[in-house]
Order: sequence, then structure tokens, then C-alpha cells
Amino acid sequence: MTMEEAELSARRPDRPVFYNDPFWRSLAYQLLTILVLAGAIVWMWTNTLENLKRANLSSGFGFLQSRAGFDLAQALIPYSSDSSYFRALEVGLLNTLAVAALGIVTTTILGLLIGIGRLSSNWLVRKLATVYVEAFRNIPLLVIIFFWYKGVLNALPNVRESIVMPFGMILNNRGFYFPAPIFGEGSILILVALAVGILAAFLWSRRAKAQQMATGKRPPVFWVNVALVLGLPILTFLVLGAPLTFDMPVAGKFNISGGNIVGPEFMSLYLALSFYTAAFIAEIVRAGIRGVAKGQTEAAYALGIQPGRTMRLVILPQALRIIIPPMTSQYLNLTKNSSLAVAIGYADLVAVGGTILNQTGRAIEVVAIWLLIYVSISLATSLFMNWFNRKMALVER
Amino acid sequence: MKKTLLTVALAAAAGFGASAASADTLDNVKQKGFVQCGVNNGLAGFGSQDSAGNWAGLDVDFCKAVAAAVFGDATKVKYTPLSAKDRFPALQSGEVDLLARNTTWTISRDTQLGFNFRPINYYDGQGFMVKKSLGVKSALELSGAAVCVQTGTTTELNLADYFKSNKMEYKPVVFEKQEEVDAAYDAGRCDVYTTDQSGLYAIRLTLKQPDEHEILPEIISKEPLGPAVRQGDDKWFDIVSFTHYAMVTAEEFGITQANLDEMLKSENPDIKRFLGEEAESTIGKDLGLDNKWAYNVIKAVGNYGESFERNVGQGSPLKIARGLNNLWSKGGLQYAPPIR
Repeated sequence: MTMEEAELSARRPDRPVFYNDPFWRSLAYQLLTILVLAGAIVWMWTNTLENLKRANLSSGFGFLQSRAGFDLAQALIPYSSDSSYFRALEVGLLNTLAVAALGIVTTTILGLLIGIGRLSSNWLVRKLATVYVEAFRNIPLLVIIFFWYKGVLNALPNVRESIVMPFGMILNNRGFYFPAPIFGEGSILILVALAVGILAAFLWSRRAKAQQMATGKRPPVFWVNVALVLGLPILTFLVLGAPLTFDMPVAGKFNISGGNIVGPEFMSLYLALSFYTAAFIAEIVRAGIRGVAKGQTEAAYALGIQPGRTMRLVILPQALRIIIPPMTSQYLNLTKNSSLAVAIGYADLVAVGGTILNQTGRAIEVVAIWLLIYVSISLATSLFMNWFNRKMALVER
Repeated sequence: MKKTLLTVALAAAAGFGASAASADTLDNVKQKGFVQCGVNNGLAGFGSQDSAGNWAGLDVDFCKAVAAAVFGDATKVKYTPLSAKDRFPALQSGEVDLLARNTTWTISRDTQLGFNFRPINYYDGQGFMVKKSLGVKSALELSGAAVCVQTGTTTELNLADYFKSNKMEYKPVVFEKQEEVDAAYDAGRCDVYTTDQSGLYAIRLTLKQPDEHEILPEIISKEPLGPAVRQGDDKWFDIVSFTHYAMVTAEEFGITQANLDEMLKSENPDIKRFLGEEAESTIGKDLGLDNKWAYNVIKAVGNYGESFERNVGQGSPLKIARGLNNLWSKGGLQYAPPIR
């Protein structure tokens, strides 16, 4: 022992006995909590298995490989009654993701517009936006879904009196039918052209920005980009000799056959989710914009920036930092709310799982699958939004 | 949402605590003083409520009969209306003592779901209903149609198999509740409604214009409908089974609700034994019931034929013919093992 160490230990007050030591004590509490938690899980698990056995129920996930035997109305991937239960769940999951993804895009745009509308200096726009928010925020989502569904079923004509629209589109209470494009040989080149166009547009924007920074003059960006992104693929398409045909919807004996179809179940769920969540997003957007100091607007106006540009270039980028975190929970809500699809017979994850549950009687397994998938979707959305939030926050100076 | 809640509740019930499915249902039922019976949440003729809230139907009669057999009092029964999807968790979890909800007996329900089926109180088969204006005369002309069907039923599976084996296409339109299927069909969301044929007759009555719909002749499946109980309780299973067989036996003997008390004086030893008039007989006691159990059943709901005619036959708006559900001696399939 050196001099210093001896001195140190002499200066240090007596250590308390270990059970009074904050370090050991907190460690003991944490260990205890973990043990109790683990014990509870193990007990629940064994108890479940025991009870299932006592009720003469079989358990396990092996049934997922069996033949499903039922058909689904909407499948984004090949599916028939010969497919497995697992495949049916995949179809259900994709249907959930489809309605959630489209819903999130639509509701964001709608919510943003209404949120800005609530702050508009135009009296009518402001009041209409307020009425919208108050109405949709205060009606239960299920009622809105039913409203759209019954509305669609009752307001649209039946299949024999279909509304025929231009370009072979047909609308009736079985859904909206439109021609399905069939791409011929060499069509992949069109996609390549599109990719090249997007890349070129991106590079052009960067160059234009650099030039603006250097010289203060901004070269034309918008129209050049439109030409690049749209013009290149169209040019390729024409050069290839227009290798595109359409599968047109045709009235059959019972139904319209051929073409693509958007069913009324999807339509009403998608609209209801978008409209409902937009009311909440509008409030978040409004709060976010209000959260930006008024001086920012005044400063922008003082510099002679037009109101529209002030909003787009000055206010919104700052408001986004306030808006993004609560937006995440709205996206998660929308995704989870899509499970109300079961009420109108849209084949989402819960509806398909419910059918499987009933055909096989595997309640616990199916419920576990639901939980796991929804948690995964939610966590993935959260991760993405956190990343996006960090990226936006970096702009802060 | 209720369904999901119920399902989650079942999962939770299986996860926590002791199993609700008590091994001795009879003791349990006697203790609480009533039979908890799972019935259809609205199918005319089988299980439905009138405007005053009274339950009626073939399956409801069966619930009453079991209550009469156990307590000698047909009013000691409570009903749990169940959708097709709710019914199995409800029975498994012990929420109901007995499921009398036009449920098809299949081997997988018997084995995988842990149920027991035995008596069949209605021999049914799956059929199709279409609008007359379509001019369809056979189910084989239905290729390309949109078909409304209730999810989680054998119907849904038979439908897929039938169209596949006949190389026909169709678009399923699937709902969880029968009312939702009815509404969608009535609104023209689909061309065809498929379910058990008895159900089609009942549903047709509730449509806006019943005369504009017709039921196609094809029967594409066997749907033996009967009460189900949990596996592993043989005593209760016997009581439920023989309640139905008592109703069939009464019809075989010609015993009706009206002539029941007269029949007590019968000299026929079979009838005496059946009605509990044979002093040394222990049939009722062996079932765990009163010796007058069969008497009580007939007193409460009448024999099988009476219950049939009252609920789905000529005495009802459905006017379904006895057909397969006639006694075996009259060309049907209803047959009871001897009560001796």
C-alpha cells in the first residue's frame, strides 16, 4: 500500500454494511423484479399449456402449414383455397399494410392542408377546417367506417346499372373497376429510364442549388425536372413502339370481370381511416405552426417573402420538429385502427386471423400472432419516425 | 370488437387461474340453478328473439328441454347469443354449459376443438339463394358470381371446395355476423347467398322482398346440426344426448304434450319405463336426474315432431318439410337408441 492509498482509505468514511449500500440494494431490487417477472411468465406459460391439455385442446403452431380451405376476396399475392394458413395470414398482413400505407399518405396530406386551413386568414376556409376537425374528431371511427360502407353500398348503383366512365372505368356497388395495364417486351427499359430521369433530376437540383449559392441566380429547376422524370420514360416508351396493352373490365353474366378492382370494403376503410386521422393530424399541425415564434413570420414578411413561401420555406421546416413526434402516434393509431376492418368484411390481418381461429380453434396461437405482428409493425414505424425526427432535428442551428 | 374481446378473454382465462371448464358440469349447473345455453344470435326457426325478448326456435327448445330434464323446470335456462365465430371459445372456456346453435358436427371440431357431439337435432345441407331476376336454375351456372358467406363456418369451406371441384370462379364476400351478410346480400353486394338450406329459408323471410329470391335445388354438403358439449364430461354428455333421444322416443311412442298425462296410465311397459312410472327403474337416477326426467322434457317442449313443426315446420313461417328429419320409420333419419 502506497502512502496516497493509505491516506485515501483513511479519509474515506466507513463503508456501510452491504444491505445498506445503495449499490447492492438497488441491484437486489432489480434482480428481484426480474425474477418475479420471469416467474410470472413461466407460470403463465405452463399453466396455459396445462389448461389447454385439460380442455382437450391441441396446441402449437404446426397448423399454420395445413391447407386453409377458404378463399379471400382481396389478395395482393397469389392465394387460393389450397394455400396454407400461413399464406392466408401473409395475405391478411399485406392487406393491412396496404390500407395503412395508403391511409398514412392520404391522411398526412389531408391533415396538413386542414391544419394550415385552420390558421388561414380566410374566414370560410378557417371555419370549414374547424367544423371538419370537430366533426371527425368526435365521431367514433367505427361509425365513420359504417357510414362510408353503407353509403357506398346504398348510394352506388348495382352491378347491372353500373356507371360507365371514360377509359373503360366502371363504378358500381361492387367496387371501382379500371383497366389493368399489361406491359409487353422491353418494358423494363421504361423503368430504367424512369430511374435515370429521377437521378438526373436530383443531380440537376443539386447543381442548381450550388449555382444559386454561388451566383445568386437560380436556373430553372421545376420544368427541367418534369421533363427529366416524365419525358425520359415517355420517350423510351414511344421509341420501343408503345409495348402496352390493357386488360379491360367487361360485364360478365354476374360480375364485371377483367381489369383491376378496388372493392368497396377497401375503399370505405381507407377513406374512413384517412378522414378520421386527418382531424387529429390537423390539430398537431396547427399546434406545430403555432409553436413557431410569430417573429419568424414577421421577419420573413419583412424580407419580402410571399405568404405561401413563408409557410413552405420558413414556418413549416421549423414546425416539423414539433409535429413529427406526435405524428408517429397518429400513424401507429391508424395502422392499429385498420383492424376495425373486420366489421365490414375487409380481409385484413385480424379478419383472416379470426377466420383461421374459428376454423382451427387455435385461439391462443392466433392471438399471439396478432400481438406479435402488430407490435412489429408499430416498432418498425416508430424506428422510422425516430430516424426521420433525428434527421429533421439536425437542421437546427 | 366483442368477438375479439371474448377471444382475448378466453386466451386470458386459459393463461391465468384454473380452467373455467369444470369437469362436472351437472354439479355446476345444479349449484348455480340454471343451464347456460349458447344459441344463435338471430336465426329464425333455430334461435331468435321475438319483439318481447322471448327466445324461440328448435335449438332454444332443446335448451329448455335440457333444463326441464335437470330441474323439472324449463324456465331455468339462460341464453347466450353467439355468432359463428364466438361459439367455440364460449363453450371451451366454460362460459356456456351447452352449445345448441345449429352447429355442424365435423371430425375436426370433435377432436381438435375438444367437443363432443352425438345427437343430431337437424339434418341440414348447404344451399344457394339467388335473385329470381338472374334467371339461374342451377348452382352449376354460378361461375363468376360474387358469393356472400359468413366467416368461420363449414359453409365457407364447402363453398371453396364446391366451386373448385366444378372448375368455377367466384368472389367471396365475407362477414362475421349473419345480419351483416343479410344486409350485404339485400343491398346487392353479391349475387348469391350461401348457408345451410334451413337458414336460407329463414333468411329469405327477412329480406326486403322475399318473393324475388329463390333457393336453388342443389345441396352441396352434409350438415348434421346438433348440440355440443365439452369433452371429458361423460355424465353431462349423456344427459344432453338422451334429452334429444327422449324427444324422438316420445314421437315414436306417439306421446305428445297434450296426451302426456293420459299416457301416464298406459299399460305399455316401454312407455311406463320412459315416463318414470316403473317403480324399480333407475334410468333417471343413473343419468344423475329425477326418474321423471323424460316426462318433464315432453311436458316442457313436446316431442321432437311437435318442436320441429312449431319452429321450422308447418306451424312456422318457414314451412320446411320434415324430409330427412322425419322418424326413421317414416323415411327420415331421426332414430333414438332404446330407453331401457
